[in-house]
Amino acid sequence: MNLQAFLVVASALLAVGLFGALTQQSIVMLMMGLELMLNGVILAAAAFWYFLAPAGTEGQVLIVVVVTAMAIEMAAGFAVTTAIYRAKRIDTTDDAAELRG
Amino acid sequence: MSTTLFVLLSATAVVAGALVFRVDSMARATFLLLVSFLAVAGLVLMTGLHYLGLVIVLMMIIEMVVMAVFMIMYMMNPAGLVPMSMFHNTRGAALISAAVFVALASGALLVDWPARGGAAAPDLTSVLGEALMSGQMLTMMTLGVTLFATIVGTVVLATGRGRYDRLGDDLDARSSDDRDRGGVGR
Repeated sequence: MNLQAFLVVASALLAVGLFGALTQQSIVMLMMGLELMLNGVILAAAAFWYFLAPAGTEGQVLIVVVVTAMAIEMAAGFAVTTAIYRAKRIDTTDDAAELRG
Repeated sequence: MSTTLFVLLSATAVVAGALVFRVDSMARATFLLLVSFLAVAGLVLMTGLHYLGLVIVLMMIIEMVVMAVFMIMYMMNPAGLVPMSMFHNTRGAALISAAVFVALASGALLVDWPARGGAAAPDLTSVLGEALMSGQMLTMMTLGVTLFATIVGTVVLATGRGRYDRLGDDLDARSSDDRDRGGVGR
């Protein structure tokens, strides 16, 4: 087991999450894609900590930050979904195009 | 670390993650995402981060159960009963994510990573706690303020009718404009 194997798995998770975030029409499914990308970041942070700098605490702190970011992303995302659904009965990304430039 | 366990957990994480976007039912998708998270938590536990691994397990179970509730509220395809396409721009997204994977994986494999420096502390949890309460205090405070801002922001966004709707822009209406008679005090 080495750093490269961990990072390749983390890259695969990030790529799968990116695919989901780009393709899904449902806003909730889009958020699941974002969560999957952050999942890959957690794995990469743990691998970097273990294989490169186990004496420091930065890797652990980074995992705490990413886990918090996941919680914030989900809470804020669902609040926005609720607000947009209440205002316009929209639950897909294609309909929510007010900000398109 | 056991190679078999690593292969098993990483295959579970990636396959369950990919299946999230293949199944028809959004409820099934939520629980497949949970499986992917739990596999990653297992990999984190394998690196010796027992406390953080456990935190990820507990948090993700709660998060996915909450997510399942919202999925049912906003799902396009209840229980996967109707075969339907929930995708857009599949080919472009597949190209972009394949390119991202190739770039990241080749970076991971080609970079000459430095050797392992130092040894892990005997009690990782207390080291993390000390770091968060001393050297990384700014990180912790930023997280705290951000979480508080999230609480306020989500409540404001999710509230259908706030006090300005009920009592006017200057909050000086004689009686509150409620949908149901009776009303409550300010």
